[in-house]
Amino acid sequence: MTWLIEARGVSIDYRTDAGWINAVRDIDLTIAPGEIHGLVGESGSGKSTLALALMRYLAPNARISAGRILFDGDDLVPKPAEAMRKLWGKQIALVPQDSLAALNPSHRIGDQIAEIARVHDGLSPSAAHKLAVEMLRRVHFNDPEGAARRYPHQLSGGMQQRAMIAMALIARPRLLILDEPTTSLDVTTEAAIIDLIHDLIHETQAAALFVTHNLGLVAQLCDRVTVLYAGEVMASGGVSAMFTRPLHPYTISLLASLPRPIRGTETRLSTIEGVAPAPTQRPAGCVFAPRCPAAVSICDQKPPIETVGEGHLIRCHRWREIETGALIIETAPTALEPNTLDDVLLAPYTLKAIHLHKTFRRGGIRAWLMGKRGTKAVDDVSLSVRSRSTLGLVGESGSGKTTAARLIAGLETPDEGTLELLEMPLSSNLRARPVETLRRLQMVFQNPNDSLNPYRSVGAALARSIRRLSETKLSSVEVERRVKALLAAVRLSSDYAKCYPTELSGGEKQRVAIARAFAADPALVIADEPTSALDASVQSAVLNLLKDLRVQRGVSYLFISHDLNAVSYLADWIAVMYRGQIVEEGTVDDVYGFPSHPYTEALISAIPNPDPTIRTRRIRLNEEPDDQIPTVGCRFHRRCPRKIGALCETDAPPWRDAGGQHFIRCHIPIEELRAVQSENTLMTESG
Amino acid sequence: MMRFLIRRIALLALTLLITSVIVFALTQLLPGDVARLILGREASQEALDNLRVQLGLNDPIPVQYWNWLTGFVSGDWGRSFTSGSPPIRPLVMERLGNSLRLAALALIFSVPLSIILGALAALREQSPLDSVISLATLAVVGLPEFVTGLALINIFALGLGWFPASASANAESLGDLLRQLTLPAITASFVLVAYIVRLTRAGVIEELKKPYVRTATLKGLSRGEVLTGHVLGNALLPTITVIAISFGWLIGGLVVIENVFSYPGLGRLMTTAIERKDIPLMQAVVMVTIFFYAVANLVADLLYALLNPRIRLE
Amino acid sequence: MGRLISTLTRQPLTLIGAIIVGIFILMAVFGPMVAPYRYDTLIRGAARQPPSSAHLFGTDRLGRDVFSRVLWGAREIVGLPALTTALSVFFGSALGLFIGYRGGWIDEVVSRIMDSLLAIPALILALVMLATIGASQIGIVIVIAILYTPIVARVVRSVVLSLRSMGYIEAAKLRGESDFYILFRELLPGVLPALVVEGALRFSYAIFLTASLGFLGLGVQPPSPDWGRMVNEARDSYTQTPWALWAPAGAIALLIIGVNLLSDGLRRILRYESSLV
Repeated sequence: MTWLIEARGVSIDYRTDAGWINAVRDIDLTIAPGEIHGLVGESGSGKSTLALALMRYLAPNARISAGRILFDGDDLVPKPAEAMRKLWGKQIALVPQDSLAALNPSHRIGDQIAEIARVHDGLSPSAAHKLAVEMLRRVHFNDPEGAARRYPHQLSGGMQQRAMIAMALIARPRLLILDEPTTSLDVTTEAAIIDLIHDLIHETQAAALFVTHNLGLVAQLCDRVTVLYAGEVMASGGVSAMFTRPLHPYTISLLASLPRPIRGTETRLSTIEGVAPAPTQRPAGCVFAPRCPAAVSICDQKPPIETVGEGHLIRCHRWREIETGALIIETAPTALEPNTLDDVLLAPYTLKAIHLHKTFRRGGIRAWLMGKRGTKAVDDVSLSVRSRSTLGLVGESGSGKTTAARLIAGLETPDEGTLELLEMPLSSNLRARPVETLRRLQMVFQNPNDSLNPYRSVGAALARSIRRLSETKLSSVEVERRVKALLAAVRLSSDYAKCYPTELSGGEKQRVAIARAFAADPALVIADEPTSALDASVQSAVLNLLKDLRVQRGVSYLFISHDLNAVSYLADWIAVMYRGQIVEEGTVDDVYGFPSHPYTEALISAIPNPDPTIRTRRIRLNEEPDDQIPTVGCRFHRRCPRKIGALCETDAPPWRDAGGQHFIRCHIPIEELRAVQSENTLMTESG
Repeated sequence: MMRFLIRRIALLALTLLITSVIVFALTQLLPGDVARLILGREASQEALDNLRVQLGLNDPIPVQYWNWLTGFVSGDWGRSFTSGSPPIRPLVMERLGNSLRLAALALIFSVPLSIILGALAALREQSPLDSVISLATLAVVGLPEFVTGLALINIFALGLGWFPASASANAESLGDLLRQLTLPAITASFVLVAYIVRLTRAGVIEELKKPYVRTATLKGLSRGEVLTGHVLGNALLPTITVIAISFGWLIGGLVVIENVFSYPGLGRLMTTAIERKDIPLMQAVVMVTIFFYAVANLVADLLYALLNPRIRLE
Repeated sequence: MGRLISTLTRQPLTLIGAIIVGIFILMAVFGPMVAPYRYDTLIRGAARQPPSSAHLFGTDRLGRDVFSRVLWGAREIVGLPALTTALSVFFGSALGLFIGYRGGWIDEVVSRIMDSLLAIPALILALVMLATIGASQIGIVIVIAILYTPIVARVVRSVVLSLRSMGYIEAAKLRGESDFYILFRELLPGVLPALVVEGALRFSYAIFLTASLGFLGLGVQPPSPDWGRMVNEARDSYTQTPWALWAPAGAIALLIIGVNLLSDGLRRILRYESSLV
């Protein structure tokens, strides 16, 4: 095998106030031409550092302290900057994560792309511009000429990322580094970008390194994968082998912890205890040993990296036992008491939100100066959550799902609409809600880093909530007892009461935030993307916790997420939101089993499945800028792959009953939608 | 863009209106009887009463304000209280011209130098050069102009004799004018340089951290190409605003410098007006200063918007 | 405290700034007690004496001991700006917290008025106001406090705006906390770093303004020893008594440099980027 890039024993250090710190250690990584190689790891695993180091691009305070990086047989490590400049852009190109920030805000898109062709291939400005437009056409811009004249902020996120890809490919590089290129994008946009990357790499036969934290994307896109943990390679090999027969305890546990779009018995997700160590606190032996369910005494020594089979590497003392089946990593999830169909369909309502409307009007002189008008974020939304069940509210950014949740919580006031909690009227004005109501409705916020006041200890924060929301005046002994009980309920030891938020990991902060929501006895907890900021290995534990608490405390959830896998795990009901409206609502089984609205269908088909053997039917949507949402007819009509005609452009679609409390907002008759769905199912099975 | 311009001008008018109220209110509160102030101690009661009627001092305050404002806008700035009652407008205009000349020279001295120093310090962040520049500007940034001005006079006028110790507006030639204005302009530059250097340095350092700089580097551009082609344009954008605002600031900020160098500018006129409790003169000087300050702000905003596609294309 | 000291030793310039400011504060407190003469004592037959062991900074043209006058004057030049800063930080943070948290039209109106006030160059506005209420110690304090309150309020307001949508603020609302509690228990701690940095910056500029006003004759009225006025008075007899000019001028320069070093260090320690204005 001839590798285009071959890293051998690469270590990278960072200089800090406390001296040199090792970020990644003893990395072997190889990529062949035409191969898409996944590099997977959690935040802090060193994957981005490593990916950029393969281009010989290092932060000013970093150094490659050991190893060789052979590009086409030529070691890059000792090369002077001059020599690297000839390779960068021409032979090796980067597609970075945040494309808006990665583009120069004051240069036109076309000029930025053309610059590479001018610098490396000596093209004239007009020839370079022509080539840039051609590149934009190749990344599927409808109007490449027009796009070339635009500035980055005038493009949507997906279009910016396409432009970045066009820029990276213009000089036909032989190695492409893709550093989380789809992380901040919506799932339907992400799917389209992933398809594009797939097609272009196979067309150009470049070697590509695809850095991501999303195992689903790796399974769908990559040929081989390297799994990084705490700066070291845990395992590396072909995607199908790695995903179907993982041999490393870390990969086994990680794959088992992912919520999957499969419904069935109510179970907990498999979890990995603890958190990844900080670079300064990595153990001397196996870095995963402290969290490994199979760790034994030998794991105090560093395991060597061993070749298992063709191109399959592993760093574990016990892989042979795992391979022969002598050691089984316990991932069997424990069962939960399931909600029966009757519970789901017939339970009384905890929450009813009826005909909510909210338009954000920009008032004041400054808004007038900027010429900003109002935007309708929530347009006639009705939601209901039944007792002891979970409603998953799903939608992409800008769908209004968070606004809807904030209206219910009372953090925003609706323009119209009424609320009921436990079949009693609920004031939409938070100030008008008595403590008896406040204690029954609490919320968990998206960003764990701003959920807790950094100047207050965990214990003090919980105690304050307990006191405020208590029906009676509590003694300090009693408050302290309840703080401990709350911490225990979210699986944190009572020592955490003394900690300040800055001392906690993201997952721990989110547990405290959940504990705070349960300080009294809530009937409804609104959870706004509570796991989206967390790493995969931490996310499953938080999802489990939410599910356990529902059973133990008899609470209902309004669970907001863009992650359909997480929603399918936690929710009984699903409501799909698009541009301020609910387009489909029903039980999880109905919506996932027979997604009937064309948008839901596209959304579900775009979920990256962490199983490389399953190739789902792909429906790809065009992007539509936020300021061009149709105001008449169906809001989805310009993107809809199943548009039936002028009706969709002129008439608002009806809210149709599909039976079994399943509702759809679409002009297409229910029977036709059903027929289309069964066709899909057949195609998926045969394809 | 047109809407942006119209709105900015409307905002400017609003700001001027509010400030005019503030200025008028403040000067109304000045202690002392205006009529007696003008006519002196020996004036007869009748003369005083006549003058009061003539000046409209018996009108309600809002009426007085309205008359003053409309007069001011239509170019009638009234007459000074001082002997001879000279009309104010020509006097203020002449002094304004002198101040503008001095301010322009100070900007010519300070802007190119401070941008170069600021950019150099940022590009060599943490180097000895950066430390020296940062420390020097930090030391100078808050020094009162009379300290630096007197130090300069001591060294270059009294010691070396290169420049005169005071500046007058009557110059025989351009060379003579420059010789007279150099020391006051350098004094003004001290504060400006320190301020602009610090902002430029901070701006460039922040800009260098942005991901698009990495994109440019990884295109295979040399460091020089990255800086000139990508970084400086964006990093200096805020500096443009600073320069325009500095110009406005200079018009008002020259009070101390003009007093140190006995230069007949607007600032000197201001202190004179205060000493003599010459209310109409004070009002005129303050309003002209505010007007220039506000216009400079407007120009800064417009320049910024013009050069920044994000705002231009809103 | 131990952490503070170790941080300071790692930043020698900040330490130097702190020491300079400390010395001036000591001067302000104990200066009059250790000064060899009163500020207005005319020493017979000792006019225009150059610096010597008897008169450290010499004597002025009237025969007053310059060193003593500088020591006496420290109280004004440190005390008045300190009081000014305290007032503007207090009122500015109260105002900024209130309008930042409330938002809406109150914020619009107050912000508009503050912007207009800030559209008048500080020194000019100070001159007009002092001419109105008359030059006095209390006048200077009031005028500069009025000038700097909007600046502090603007800084605090912008921090509050960035904190207002934080999860922990919304959580406090969801448990029915009063506005008072949210403002002072939840928001204020987050505003403090910005407030400290801005306060130090304001202190530096207040010294600058106080000295400039003194130089223009609108500061502390004689015979109180005001450094700015001392510099102005010494100009007339500069050729005979240059030391009478350089002693107060140098003291002003040193004090401001010290405050700047300290405030820059605070900015770095607290990692807060002020507007630099």
